[in-house]
Amino acid sequence: MTVSSTESPTQRPPLADPFPEGSVAAVEQAADGHTVLTVDRSHLLDVLRRLREKPELACDLLADVCGVDYPDREQRFDVVYHLGSLEHGHRFRVKVPLGEDDPVVPSAVGIWKAADWFEREAFDMFGIRFQGHPDLRRILTHEAFHGHPLRKDYDPSQRWLLTEKDTMAPRWATEDQPDDEHMDTVVLNLGPSHPATHGTLRTVVRLDGEHIVKAECEIGYLHRCFEKMSETHGWQQVIPYTDRLNYCSSMINGVGFALTVEKMLGIEAPPRAQVVRVILSELSRIMDHAVCLGANLVDLGALTNFWYFFQIREEIYGLLEKCAGGRLTVSYARIGGLAHDVPADFEDEVRKLLDSIPKFLDDVETLVTTNRIFRDRTEGVGVISGEEALAWGWTGPCLRASGIPYDVRKAHPYMGYENYDFEVPVATTGDTYARYLVRMEEMRQSLRIVRQALDNLPDGPVITDDHHVALPPKEKVYTEMESLIWHFKLIFEGIPVPAGEAYGFTEGANGELGYYVVSDGGGKPHRIKVRPPCFAIYQAFPKILEGLMIPDAIAILGSLNIIAGELDR
Amino acid sequence: MRQPDGSSSFLTTRVDAMLGWVRKNSLWPLPFGTACCAIEFMSVVSSHYDLSRFGAEVVRFSPRQADLMIVAGTITDKMAPVVKRIYEQMAEPRYVISMGACACTGGFYRAYHVVQGVDEFIPVDVYVPGCPPTPEALMHGILKLQDMIQNGETQHDRLKHGKPDTTATAG
Ligand code: SF4
Repeated sequence: MTVSSTESPTQRPPLADPFPEGSVAAVEQAADGHTVLTVDRSHLLDVLRRLREKPELACDLLADVCGVDYPDREQRFDVVYHLGSLEHGHRFRVKVPLGEDDPVVPSAVGIWKAADWFEREAFDMFGIRFQGHPDLRRILTHEAFHGHPLRKDYDPSQRWLLTEKDTMAPRWATEDQPDDEHMDTVVLNLGPSHPATHGTLRTVVRLDGEHIVKAECEIGYLHRCFEKMSETHGWQQVIPYTDRLNYCSSMINGVGFALTVEKMLGIEAPPRAQVVRVILSELSRIMDHAVCLGANLVDLGALTNFWYFFQIREEIYGLLEKCAGGRLTVSYARIGGLAHDVPADFEDEVRKLLDSIPKFLDDVETLVTTNRIFRDRTEGVGVISGEEALAWGWTGPCLRASGIPYDVRKAHPYMGYENYDFEVPVATTGDTYARYLVRMEEMRQSLRIVRQALDNLPDGPVITDDHHVALPPKEKVYTEMESLIWHFKLIFEGIPVPAGEAYGFTEGANGELGYYVVSDGGGKPHRIKVRPPCFAIYQAFPKILEGLMIPDAIAILGSLNIIAGELDR
Repeated sequence: MRQPDGSSSFLTTRVDAMLGWVRKNSLWPLPFGTACCAIEFMSVVSSHYDLSRFGAEVVRFSPRQADLMIVAGTITDKMAPVVKRIYEQMAEPRYVISMGACACTGGFYRAYHVVQGVDEFIPVDVYVPGCPPTPEALMHGILKLQDMIQNGETQHDRLKHGKPDTTATAG
């Protein structure tokens, strides 16, 4: 929902100054805290560059670029940029309307490297062309695909089959390479089915001897159309789909989505629901880091730790199963609160976890943190500077391992995170070892948060009593006419989310997890764009690899924690 | 057959029963894990559930070393040629367990980029329902497959010897 600005200019960046007369067509303060600029494409690069470079704006993080289709509008598409400044904490949304017959905008790759894959995705999904992009081709769908699936007139179930002969190899991989030293280089394909690429990641590398001279990632092997599917379902029905984004910590995704829609509805979940969400989100963060580190260590040959870490997961699974009924894909959050209250022994169970998890962490630390082999393989390997990481759009533990302490829970607190006492661990070296250390410490900090949250767990309902949003309790539906009507209306018409848009972002296990949600006032979302943290992280992977060796590549990949569900959606 | 001293040193059986018994107790799975289900697969082979109790814990990532492909996760159209190729690289006899709603039917992704069940292009022996299936359900699926191997009811037997289709659903 956008409203015109009523706030004083001191709280907001001064906007008249930085942009030349006429370059910004409209400025609005949106209710989600973003300053929304509508810009004609002829001024786009100028405006973006100023946003990045003017010290009073300093938008160093390009969080997301995406398209939106409004088939009934004269200018059918919007290209939407989400920007943030870590220094000032303000957020911008830049929108560029485009006509259907000429959907072209200049590419922002020269300003933020992060734009690279995001622009390719907007091209793939909407057919928007980014002029000046170095490699504008499909990214999520396959080579034999026709059309642009997120356009509203694309039938959601229209498939195109891919045969083996069409499968993709990077152009440079098939070219002969002239070489001065008369040494042949070898092209090696890692993945998408490779033990160390964890499922569906594919990297093609060119090796000179043992060194990687060039690398390229191909993604989309798990593109299961989350965004299209969410447009064909009601608001609450999207929650099970969000579980399957980062399936290692599904609770966090559901909560992030619910918070965004709650923002649009102007409601808040009851306090008890908020605290339970915090507890389960932090435990999910621990699970996520556990599987990341466990798998990373397995790839380096340290199998035992994997079992230790999986034991942590099993214990948390036990709790989640008691609360939600599912172990992995919990679907426990609801817009407006939680599906139902936690079981009676919730507190005892969480306290047991608080006692047992540190033991496993200690065990792993004893085995790994000062382990010579592990340190030799990870220290100084896969180094990325903070500045570089930010330019690529990194957030989360990987960014913090490079020295930038950006954590959404601290920078833009939500769900009461400002009331908890916890540290944001930061390392400075930016290598694989630093990423290990940061994740280990974050697990301990999460335990701290859980302990505080549990001590202050309020009583009360776990879902809002606003029956435009949440179903009335079953016993009332069976006995009261009004509740029955509410129930009926909600099931048939869905939640009346007011027309408008919001970008909500939370600290996922991998970094800033954003949902850009557009509603047209109907019972279904008009558009949901997920800003997946590891999408931005993974696009820097080929650059990090250059000059390193294959075993390094494996070590680095594990430490980035690329989760295909979230990467490809 | 009983020896004069009372011990028995050999037994008589049919060759295929013997082979079935050997094969079913030494399955080497190749986890074709792509998504959430693969995480549950990890639980199955980890200490808590411990698949080695059923003789199927030697997880191999090379199709040449495996005889059971467990498709765990959503298969997209982009991935389909890869699955097919890897399946074809496995030595016979080879078996396939389709783990989870996605691998069985596409799950709740009735969408433009998702294969609506891996049996579109490879033969499946056991379908394990669930989203994701619990570890117990997957184990049940493996036990089911072991029975089918013993009884000569797998897709492999059918394709080789023209036996009837007896695909199973576990869970
Ligand atoms: S069946 Fe469910 S859990 Fe398994 S891969 Fe599909 S969506 Fe994920």
